[in-house]
Amino acid sequence: MSLENVTTVLSGDEPGGVPEAEASGGWLWLRAFADNKLAVAGLVVVVVLTLFSFLGPLFYHTDQIHTRIGMETLKPGAGHPLGTDDVGYDQLGRLMVGGQTTLEVAFGAAAVAVIVGVTWGAVAGYLGGFIDALMMRIVDALLAIPALLLLLYLATVFQPNVVMLIVVVGLTAWLVPARLVRGEALTLRTREYVLAAKTMGVRTPTLIGRHIVTNSIGTILVNATFQVADAILVVAALSFLGLGIAPPATNWGAMLSNGLNYTYSGYWWLTYPPGIAIVLTVVAFNLIGDGLRDAFGLDTRRR
Amino acid sequence: MIRFLIRRTAQALVVLVLVTIIVFGLSRLLPGGPARAILGTHATPSNIAAFNRENGLDAPLPAQYWHWLSGVVTGNFGFSYVLNQPVSSLLAQRLPKTAFLAGISVLLAVLIAVPVGLYQAVRRGGLDDYAVTTVTFVLYSTPAFWVALLLIDVLSVRLHVFPAEAPQGGFSAIFSNPGAMVLPVATVTLVSVAAFSRYIRSSVLDELAQDYVRMARSKGNGQRAILLRHVLRNALSPVVTLLGLSLPFIISGTLITEEVFNYPGVGLLAFNAATSQDYPVLLGTVLVVGIATVLGSLLADVGYALLDPRVQLGRAGGSGS
Repeated sequence: MSLENVTTVLSGDEPGGVPEAEASGGWLWLRAFADNKLAVAGLVVVVVLTLFSFLGPLFYHTDQIHTRIGMETLKPGAGHPLGTDDVGYDQLGRLMVGGQTTLEVAFGAAAVAVIVGVTWGAVAGYLGGFIDALMMRIVDALLAIPALLLLLYLATVFQPNVVMLIVVVGLTAWLVPARLVRGEALTLRTREYVLAAKTMGVRTPTLIGRHIVTNSIGTILVNATFQVADAILVVAALSFLGLGIAPPATNWGAMLSNGLNYTYSGYWWLTYPPGIAIVLTVVAFNLIGDGLRDAFGLDTRRR
Repeated sequence: MIRFLIRRTAQALVVLVLVTIIVFGLSRLLPGGPARAILGTHATPSNIAAFNRENGLDAPLPAQYWHWLSGVVTGNFGFSYVLNQPVSSLLAQRLPKTAFLAGISVLLAVLIAVPVGLYQAVRRGGLDDYAVTTVTFVLYSTPAFWVALLLIDVLSVRLHVFPAEAPQGGFSAIFSNPGAMVLPVATVTLVSVAAFSRYIRSSVLDELAQDYVRMARSKGNGQRAILLRHVLRNALSPVVTLLGLSLPFIISGTLITEEVFNYPGVGLLAFNAATSQDYPVLLGTVLVVGIATVLGSLLADVGYALLDPRVQLGRAGGSGS
């Protein structure tokens, strides 16, 4: 889906350097990250929006299950700070519920993508040779298929719910982390400590887990952050295409696309709050990702 | 060079075969398989069994794949029972339109993104870099369909400058009504510029840190000459590869845009196929776009190899170092 993902593909083949901060040990990257004002601002936005979505409903009680006839599209005002939507749900409360789904799916899909991608890439890069070549050609082939088309197909075959969306979005997004970690593994496998561990008879799965993956943690963390941002946009696009989650569940993308039906009725409170929430969250995750990338001293062109 | 070309082409062939295997696998993912896709959801098990027997779908999977693949190679992508047309002729009607929309938009996006990215890199850390970076960040983070609908809201509903619906009908309709193409093209361009300029900015920043820049500067070259003659040329060659690989991303972008503006390209075809469960059309589109992407990135890599002499020494993609 994302072009930024495409750009990493270009550098994904390059054997990556081990992050400097890590090479000197410790948590230097954390300090470098904390010094980056934009990245910290991004982190604050993410924390605030997460608290708003998950803890907000504890303080601000609204009925988000039963539609209420006669209460549709009320203007923001007393009782409904952000008005009500086209079936009478309180828009502020809806924003919280929608935020929960959005963040759950985004984090879940990113986790699936990173776990599958890291395993695939680490195994391919560490083993090398024919297996590596075959595994990477499979990645190339999947990269050639537009994620949105694939999702369109999968979403018509499987009924979308939160778990299904997490799996489906995650399984279309693991290709980039696979390429990145494979690049890292290609250099790491020739390091003395890896060779030493191998000579001492450490089993291959343990070796990949303990040495290859842990030493690529910078790359993995940076990519995971961008994955969350991308997943939010992908889910929004799917909701717009009518392949989101069925009501009364919702997400910011579904709220935005639903509200856009009423653009010409002047119901701005149906579109701008969820739209701004999406943009804010995606910008925030991108800022965090950029900050982490700089903190780990990674190539600016990779994600 | 020749060896590189041969190896790269062989690689692309392997990827092509894998793409066909993936699409074939996807068609078997449906409960009931292709029979269900063609006969519809109300087909009885005995109908499905009869259909499978007739079409050789009870043969072992490798044999089925071989049968399907020999059809694909001869241009038989299946048949749409919803639209009552062969998938290949549907794609032949729609592909030029999407290619036109994507081509113009990408061209414009590159023309805008290159100077913007270059400017940002030169003014790195300055107020104008922050301003432009903010705009591209926000644009990149805005769902494409919202960008499209905001454009419609302002430019067609409020100001009545451009129509909100793309040209309908045949390919010639585009030229008889060019104004209607403005908003779809603007949407795809805006979404792509955001991503391209970020890439070009970091690409130029990488080049600016290279030794040859210091060398050129110490020889007394002016900033403009260094930028245009040395930096830009080196920073742009990876962009060629970027374009080849960004095809799936651009197709995803055009899909949304085509849906919003009702532009009759492959994206809208695929979307309508998905809503009417017309799986042969959907999978045919996936296959054709997949093949186009593999060929596109092959072409881009070959072009890159011709542009950048360093490729002859090593692998493709070893850019910027």
